[in-house]
Amino acid sequence: MNGVGGGREERGPEPGEEPPAGLLEEFGRGRQRALARAISMVEDETPGFEALLDAVHERVGRARRIGITGPPGAGKSTLTKELARSYRQEGLRVGVIAVDPTSPFSGGALLGDRVRMTELASDRGLFIRSMASRGSLGGLATSTREAADLMDAFGLERVLLETVGVGQSELEIARTADTTAVVLVPESGDGIQAMKAGLNEIADLFVVNKADRPGADRLRKELEIMQRIRGGRDEEIDWEVPVLQTVASEAEGVGELLERLDAHFGRLRESGALEARRTDVRVEQARSVLLRRLERAADSQWEERRDEIRRRLASGEASPYAVAAEMEAAFRREMAAGGDPARS
Amino acid sequence: MTDRKYRVLVAKPGLDGHDRGAKVVAAALRDAGFEVIYTGLHQTPEQIVSTAVQEDVDVVALSILSGAHMTLFPKVLDLLEEEGLDDVLVTGGGIIPEDDIEKLEQRGVGKLFGPGTDTSEAVDYIRTWCEEHRGDGAGRE
Repeated sequence: MNGVGGGREERGPEPGEEPPAGLLEEFGRGRQRALARAISMVEDETPGFEALLDAVHERVGRARRIGITGPPGAGKSTLTKELARSYRQEGLRVGVIAVDPTSPFSGGALLGDRVRMTELASDRGLFIRSMASRGSLGGLATSTREAADLMDAFGLERVLLETVGVGQSELEIARTADTTAVVLVPESGDGIQAMKAGLNEIADLFVVNKADRPGADRLRKELEIMQRIRGGRDEEIDWEVPVLQTVASEAEGVGELLERLDAHFGRLRESGALEARRTDVRVEQARSVLLRRLERAADSQWEERRDEIRRRLASGEASPYAVAAEMEAAFRREMAAGGDPARS
Repeated sequence: MTDRKYRVLVAKPGLDGHDRGAKVVAAALRDAGFEVIYTGLHQTPEQIVSTAVQEDVDVVALSILSGAHMTLFPKVLDLLEEEGLDDVLVTGGGIIPEDDIEKLEQRGVGKLFGPGTDTSEAVDYIRTWCEEHRGDGAGRE
């Protein structure tokens, strides 16, 4: 239980600056404020955040992660709320990460997913965090996954990841979740559009929400046909992608959705695919952390010489390629000399 | 090299059913580069504080038109303090008499804005507070 922190000496290079001392202790004691601060550190890349993630890593891996994705207005938040409520009734501790888009104009964001979760807002067994996509897709994937890792390490048993609902972030979050439900509504268009959007490549389940509206049965049939044509199966775990119908606002069909989520997770676990896939994610995570660190180090050198670089490029004495090559050589020399280019 | 974003909770406690003002302020803060957590109507002080904890906000902005400001603001302050979040700015707006504003400010509430306030005034106040009390002012693009 108290394995957080400590025993760092024999483990080789430090993953960066230490996190604030009190934070890990509070985190270990299960204080929500500490989890909240930890997530902010990760989002803001506050110095020490990687050491923090490293310190809690051995506690990651117990939570079941469920991705909920689909177009805006499909009812993702309402469905997320219903799932959260059901898991809470089972006595499970639940985390929700709801991602909304950052405005490309101001860099600000209006995070409104809590509006639909108000009735759950004072339940201490439920931790809801709104995240802004903050522009970059890579950043979104990395920090959302890391926030989920923190919730997992904190002891939350189900982590529900609700995506922005536009663009490519779906694919990234689907990779973070063990099971991904794609939510559509009759107004979302036909099965072909879902196929064009690549949704059938990420769906472990399809949910046709607002199924009391006209067109729901037709969409369901189209999705089923599409699944048959495309071979909507996950062969490795012998899973046929189901198409379910819900009316999330009335909690209709949520029971069946829960059963299918359980069934999918069961297949993942029994087949051994769960561990293999989670390991794949960790491998990819190590790579993206490395790239992030290198980028940060390179950026800090870059900032130092920005004015000089600008002058040389303005006068035409050097090309962008020559400048980049020269910077890289300097960077490598510093690394070889054992310095930390990020700290200089 | 941190990219600090200031986070503001915009909440509407109490029973009155108007959240237009709160929505206008939320949108203005978004346009000014803040990350705004908007929670909608009828929030209890407990819900507001629980949200403030989980969302790790720098500022709690309350819109109160119901006349219950003398109970709601102090309650939110007390609960925040219980959670160890006494460094969070609590500000807001609504129909609040001058005398009450003075009492609330003495109690630890930040600036309060009456009806007809230009939203940019509230946004500037929140931004200035954040820059003075939270970090180096970096990371605002």
